[in-house]
Amino acid sequence: MTSTSARAVGSPLARLEGPAKVSGAARYAAEYPQDHLAYGWIVASPVARGRLDAVLTDPAEEDVLAVLWHGNAPELEKPDDPELAVLQSDEIRYRGQPLALVIATSIEAARRAAQAVQLEITAEDHDVELRADHPDRYTPETVVPDAPATSDTGDVDAALAGAPVTIDVVYETPALHNNPMEPHATIARWDGQDLILYDSNQHPSGIAETVGAIFGLPAERVHVVTEHVGGGFGSKGSARPNAVLAALGSLVTGRPVQIALPRQAMFSMVGHRAPTVQRIRVGATRDGILTAIDHQTCTQSSRLFEFVESASVVTREVYPVPNLRTGHQVVRLDMPTPRWMRAPGEAPGMVGLECALDELAAELGVDPVELRVRNSPENPRYVECLRSGAERFGWSERDRRTDGEWLIGFGMAGATYPAQAMPSTARVRALGNDEYEVAIAAADLGTGARTILTQIAADELGVPVEQIHIRIGNSTLPQASVAGGSSGSASWGWAVTGACRELRAAGGSTEEATFDTTALVQQQKEGRHASGAHFAEVRVSTVTGEVRVSRLFGMFDGGRILNPRTARSQFLGGMIMGMGMALHEEGVLDPAQGTWVNHDLAEYHIPTHADVEWIDAAWLDAPESDLNPMGSKGIGEIGIVGSPAAILNAIWHATGVRIRSLPARLDKLLPALPSPR
Amino acid sequence: MRLTVNGAQHHLVGLDPRTTLLDALRERLHLTGAKNGCDHGQCGACTVLLDGRRVNSCLILAITQQDAEITTVEGLGHKGEPHPVQQGFLDHDGFQCGYCTPGQICSAVGMLDEVGKGWPSAATSDGDDLLSDAEIRERMSGNLCRCAAYPNMVPAIRQAAGR
Repeated sequence: MTSTSARAVGSPLARLEGPAKVSGAARYAAEYPQDHLAYGWIVASPVARGRLDAVLTDPAEEDVLAVLWHGNAPELEKPDDPELAVLQSDEIRYRGQPLALVIATSIEAARRAAQAVQLEITAEDHDVELRADHPDRYTPETVVPDAPATSDTGDVDAALAGAPVTIDVVYETPALHNNPMEPHATIARWDGQDLILYDSNQHPSGIAETVGAIFGLPAERVHVVTEHVGGGFGSKGSARPNAVLAALGSLVTGRPVQIALPRQAMFSMVGHRAPTVQRIRVGATRDGILTAIDHQTCTQSSRLFEFVESASVVTREVYPVPNLRTGHQVVRLDMPTPRWMRAPGEAPGMVGLECALDELAAELGVDPVELRVRNSPENPRYVECLRSGAERFGWSERDRRTDGEWLIGFGMAGATYPAQAMPSTARVRALGNDEYEVAIAAADLGTGARTILTQIAADELGVPVEQIHIRIGNSTLPQASVAGGSSGSASWGWAVTGACRELRAAGGSTEEATFDTTALVQQQKEGRHASGAHFAEVRVSTVTGEVRVSRLFGMFDGGRILNPRTARSQFLGGMIMGMGMALHEEGVLDPAQGTWVNHDLAEYHIPTHADVEWIDAAWLDAPESDLNPMGSKGIGEIGIVGSPAAILNAIWHATGVRIRSLPARLDKLLPALPSPR
Repeated sequence: MRLTVNGAQHHLVGLDPRTTLLDALRERLHLTGAKNGCDHGQCGACTVLLDGRRVNSCLILAITQQDAEITTVEGLGHKGEPHPVQQGFLDHDGFQCGYCTPGQICSAVGMLDEVGKGWPSAATSDGDDLLSDAEIRERMSGNLCRCAAYPNMVPAIRQAAGR
């Protein structure tokens, strides 16, 4: 092995798959040509609750191979996730639930036949509206990912009663929908007893296990191919109904079956961020030292599955408060199941906490940066993000002002996200001539995973990156954890590092080494976090109520930054999704139908090119070397934590209006704004 | 029926007349560069060039385009020599997951041609630089990117324009 002084880790290596992505050559799930491919189209429930009595099909429909429903579908093994028991019973649990699957020889025929299918349904009254006083609300055992639902230290009531200054506010966040640009898609093909799935997901190893169990197969008989993924943001973290339905359709028809979900289905069967109603009470001394916080979240889940958005958990983790109570209540409704969406818990929770702290800072007349610094005595990295971010942004020059019709203001908020790793295994093989193959069943959703794993291996093996041949995105490779929880780089990089070190330690006596991090990960440091601070300058039109984000800046501690080029993109992407959360995004409920009516990209607004003006991110780049061999902390989610609050706080600074129900739509602002001159 | 795509003529037998241009490209010709993000003309992932003009191929029936010159992302640049817009996206990390990218690139190629002809956008006032950052953002806003690689696409497109 040669040694090289040039370090690959920390260099801005361009994405390895870049040329394939810009030329159209990169293949996503529904892009693998198959002989005799058939197409599946899902018939979704038009009601939120009821029973499916019969499915009537028109025998004159051409090119239809099968119409499957619970009356004729093969029986599946009972899955852990009840939503994956597709076409197994007559129960309708949400509007949009798959009730039948049409398989035909073309997309056009499948779609036409699906429209022609008649469903005989006995509809029942549904309950779809979240209210903080809903009589069926209850306190769950745990909230996502596995935290206690409640906590109580000190004497919160006494501390609040005795606090010189208190804030008591309710913040509401709406249903938010992940909407990766590539809707979930699967091509399934049976090869003897083996199942081949070309599937868009964040966890090939997990999908193989889950779908295998449903069909009575061990994970190794399911080959999940996930070479490129068109984004996920949490919605592709576990198998979704499309994967099971495609496998079922292929089993019945004997042909490969492709199911690409239409965009509308991205609002029902793939998960979303549940709406939250958060009541936050804060007590503080006159100089802004927090004495008590009570953060209570009410949220919703489905009839099928208890998934509780853990918005109050973050309040246990940022500021040390002697009297702290947090809790969650959940109401099970006849609605789709919420699941992970980028920073579940932290993203909505930090809207509540960081906006409430801004209200406290205003009440006290204390600089919001200073308020946070004063309450972070043992969190030097966070303080550095606050101080350095404020300096770089020019926080000291934040006088609110008017420019024609525009009111201009400034706001900030803090950010935090757990640093964690999960068990994974990597294999390294010497190919001769100082070239190596590195293999792990990781998925690159656009995070840069393929690239940074190559960089890590190159440094560990002491060769240039060109001599590393990385293989990811396939469940037949060594088992990898989910690309979620901002844990991918730490988890997979740890395994790759271990395998490379074993190979080097063998000193040429072996050509291959495999390393499993399970034992090491179990000993990892608990309770560590990435942190950050967001700063926003907004202008609000007194004519239209429109909010424009003139500047948005994020300062982060992500431990060691493995690739500044891809890291910057991830930070900015998270911050912009946070802008969407503050200003644009909400699932609008139709209580009569039990559905989000704006279930497409024309009516569910995500940020566009024109919404993003000046934006930048910077970071401390300080390795946290006792966390993992790279000293890195995940950065995929922290960008969306805090950025919405910074924008909302800036809107208040500009206008004097507190928007406590997201998003800050212009119709909420306009009535409260002064008349334009 | 026939389709002329990236300079090559294809004869498609038995194509369902309901087939969109996008599905014909993807499912019949296996040119999967153009993506299906919404099937409604709402996201721009399916953008291709029709006689040089950018269109949402999911909103067009293939059968109506038998006389058109269709250019997809696969037809831009040459092997080992990317189109300047493709090179700009590579140089500025103008993408993450890559799913909207072929549409963004085709859209940018079409947009730069529109600017070359002096066409105004909704944001243009007399005397404006048609390739200011605000103009590029306005003109590209029909192409959504959920990864939000927008800040990197603006310099990528500017570089391709030689600015």
